[in-house]
Amino acid sequence: MSEDGTKSMSIIVTKGTLDWAYPPFILSTTAAALGLNVTMFFTFYGLPLLLKNLSLEMSPLGNPAMKMPMAGMHMGMPNIMSMIPFVDSGATAMMKNMMKKKGVASIEELRSLAVESEVRLIACQMTMDLFEYSLDDMIGGIELGGAATYIEVATQSDINLFI
Amino acid sequence: MADQLLDAKGLNCPLPILKAKKALQPMAAGQTLEILATDPGSIKDFQAFCRTTGHELVESDNDGKIFRFVIRKKS
Repeated sequence: MSEDGTKSMSIIVTKGTLDWAYPPFILSTTAAALGLNVTMFFTFYGLPLLLKNLSLEMSPLGNPAMKMPMAGMHMGMPNIMSMIPFVDSGATAMMKNMMKKKGVASIEELRSLAVESEVRLIACQMTMDLFEYSLDDMIGGIELGGAATYIEVATQSDINLFI
Repeated sequence: MADQLLDAKGLNCPLPILKAKKALQPMAAGQTLEILATDPGSIKDFQAFCRTTGHELVESDNDGKIFRFVIRKKS
């Protein structure tokens, strides 16, 4: 907690698929709306969520919990189906379509709300080097930092999440 | 009558909360914001939003389809 009593939250964002991009952005924007100071640290596969042009995809491969509503039932997809070209992009399109219909915000929308509500966005420097990204690839207003930068934030935060 | 109206019908979590926060920002302390939503989760969420931020939840009712809230901005 800061001296004026404002609470704070940090989130380590490690996953960058369409489905896993939701929890960190939903929680960060909501916490900011509730008056918390929020920091997000993007590392490994979470880092591409800071790219200017998002092209998020998801895969039913190895995810037996992913059951889509279909013809009044819930259907999973056998792993072998993911070997067929365009099955993943088909599943992604289906998910995006379903989200739009149900009034779920897009990741782009949530991300700009996070920027607007002054959520602190830190890109992991090591991951930037590892995957050969430059700051020019990323949206404006982000910072670069490493593990120590995150730990310092975490020691001062009331809530620390790893997603 | 509330001072401002926010139509959040058709929006899913967390958008009604985020839009409400945005709508409250330029308002003066003591002014009221009426919110209409269709997300059943918004009942608990607006209670939590008000408890955490200090704004007052003046009214909360629904007809089973549309959920209506009136929030008074804290001073």
